Amino acid sequence: MGLLSKKDAKLITDPLADNNPITIQVLGICSALAITAELKASLVMGIAVMFVLGIGNVVISLMRNIIPSKIRIIVQLIVVAALVIIVDQVLKAFQYELSKTLAVFVGLIITNCIIMGRFEAFALANGPWKSFLDGIGNALGYAVILLIVGFFRELLGSGTLFGVPVLGDPIELTGVYKYGYENNGFMLMPPMALIVVGLIIWVQRSRNKALIED
Amino acid sequence: MGLKEKLHSFKEKNRNKKWIPAFNAIHTFLYLPNETTHNGTHIKAADDLKRTMNTVIMAMVPCLLFGMFNAGYQHHLALGEIQAVSGGFLSAEFWTLDNFMVGFWKIIPLVIVSYGVGLLIEFIFAIINKHEVEEGYLVTGMLVPLIVPIDIPLWMLAVAVIFGVVIGKEVFGGTGMNILNPALTIRAFLFFAYPTWMSGDKVWVHGADPRVQDLAAGAQPDAISGETILGSLAQNNTSMIDTTADIWNAFLGFIPGSIGETSTLLILLGGLFLIFSKIGSWRIMLSSVMGAIVMGLIFNFVADSGIISESSKFYGLMNTTFWHHLLIGGFAFGTVFMATDPVTASQTNKGKWIYGFLVGFISIMIRVFNPAYPEGVMLAILLMNVFAPTIDHYVIQGNVKKRMKRLKVKTA
Repeated sequence: MGLLSKKDAKLITDPLADNNPITIQVLGICSALAITAELKASLVMGIAVMFVLGIGNVVISLMRNIIPSKIRIIVQLIVVAALVIIVDQVLKAFQYELSKTLAVFVGLIITNCIIMGRFEAFALANGPWKSFLDGIGNALGYAVILLIVGFFRELLGSGTLFGVPVLGDPIELTGVYKYGYENNGFMLMPPMALIVVGLIIWVQRSRNKALIED
Repeated sequence: MGLKEKLHSFKEKNRNKKWIPAFNAIHTFLYLPNETTHNGTHIKAADDLKRTMNTVIMAMVPCLLFGMFNAGYQHHLALGEIQAVSGGFLSAEFWTLDNFMVGFWKIIPLVIVSYGVGLLIEFIFAIINKHEVEEGYLVTGMLVPLIVPIDIPLWMLAVAVIFGVVIGKEVFGGTGMNILNPALTIRAFLFFAYPTWMSGDKVWVHGADPRVQDLAAGAQPDAISGETILGSLAQNNTSMIDTTADIWNAFLGFIPGSIGETSTLLILLGGLFLIFSKIGSWRIMLSSVMGAIVMGLIFNFVADSGIISESSKFYGLMNTTFWHHLLIGGFAFGTVFMATDPVTASQTNKGKWIYGFLVGFISIMIRVFNPAYPEGVMLAILLMNVFAPTIDHYVIQGNVKKRMKRLKVKTA
């Protein structure tokens, strides 16, 4: 990586796997359960969080020396809220159907623990460029898990990927449906998202034993 | 050298091989191991885990055989090919070879898939985790075919078994560590994943629901219907259980339903067998029935006193005489064979009373209040499985407190 120093690159790659916000820190679970029934929603949610976290981290980092520590939570909230409103308005303007699917969960990005967690843990103590990389890295880690969960849930639950039927048509009985396959309705329910996240955690920790805590 | 010694020396020779747990499992299932205990005195009991499991399976065999006859009987009856039973439990119309064969060819594949897939997973996990194969799946594998509708596709059953064994049991550490009853986890998975195959008024009789694939193959749409009593009651239709004969049939088991749960009589026999062999807990069974009766009486009172009107969607089930609830649906089967699962139930005696009572109580409550889940007993047992350790905790803490008090009185 010529563009980034080794240390900076680690800020982006670490949260993708060994310090993943969802599977290791177990933050931001609520949205991972709620909106991952479709890949498209997962992707948009991932991008939205990336936007909020990347810019938010930079803003907080720039202000880190002038924020009185007693009211820092309020300041952080205002920054997130402003960014989330931008995301919400953009979605409503250009992707109205999708914004209805995501419903309240775009607004709830404000309460996404990953964002406040990164502000507190990183942006308040580091410079803007590093904070930006950290924000993008953590949002990527979040988006990757969302996409994996969304992939399995949409594929097994609806037989589609990004809305494209890949397994055939369940009514016309083409593709695998010809052989009696049926979509798994359980996959579309939030409890199954929790189980899929659990399975990812299981796989990850059995591949890397260092991640197992007692 | 006889076969027995040969097998034993084979086992010794391959002691360190990866697949040896798989061999051991089959070996100890077929033969008594050739090992003796060394050093020290041991107390030996004849009822090891394997015998316990086999006793439960024996208690279920009558239900399985009855299920085979009943599957054929319901099928032919719904097609109008035979007369309804008239002469009590031993009616000649029921116990025909023809009935049996229909059920046999439908149910044996379910048993094979259930055992095959489940044991395969157990073997894989035993080999990965390097422990012996546990006997826990023996009972689960027999329970599963008994609690599903007859026409469930085999691949769905296989998927559900994989899910149930892995998520319901192996992630917690295998047999004895599971929080939820694996057989019910499997059924709950099927119920939520493939609701059109697991509920409604067309899945309980073989051939009642010609699926799209079958239609293409020339099946008659709506040839027969096979509604369960519970299903019809949930729709305020009491016509299926308004005569004494209907109640009697529900008790004997000549009604549509999941494969093994229709005959309350045979379940009762199995339950008595479990109680006398001291495998199943009579406390749980009894308190569960009590819980169901109490809830049934409450609902009867509500219906009789006119608190809800006859047009209410709950009226049909609320107005069901309280003890009819014990005969219809899977209540009896769940109470006898699944609530009593020693791993997932409460362990303390007082805890068992509370646990059982709430299983019965909540079963009937779910049954009445949620017509979408007429089979409340599955969800009730799963729910109470989760609470069983909590109940035990408080019972034990209560005992500790009582003894502490006694101690204080003495010392004071």
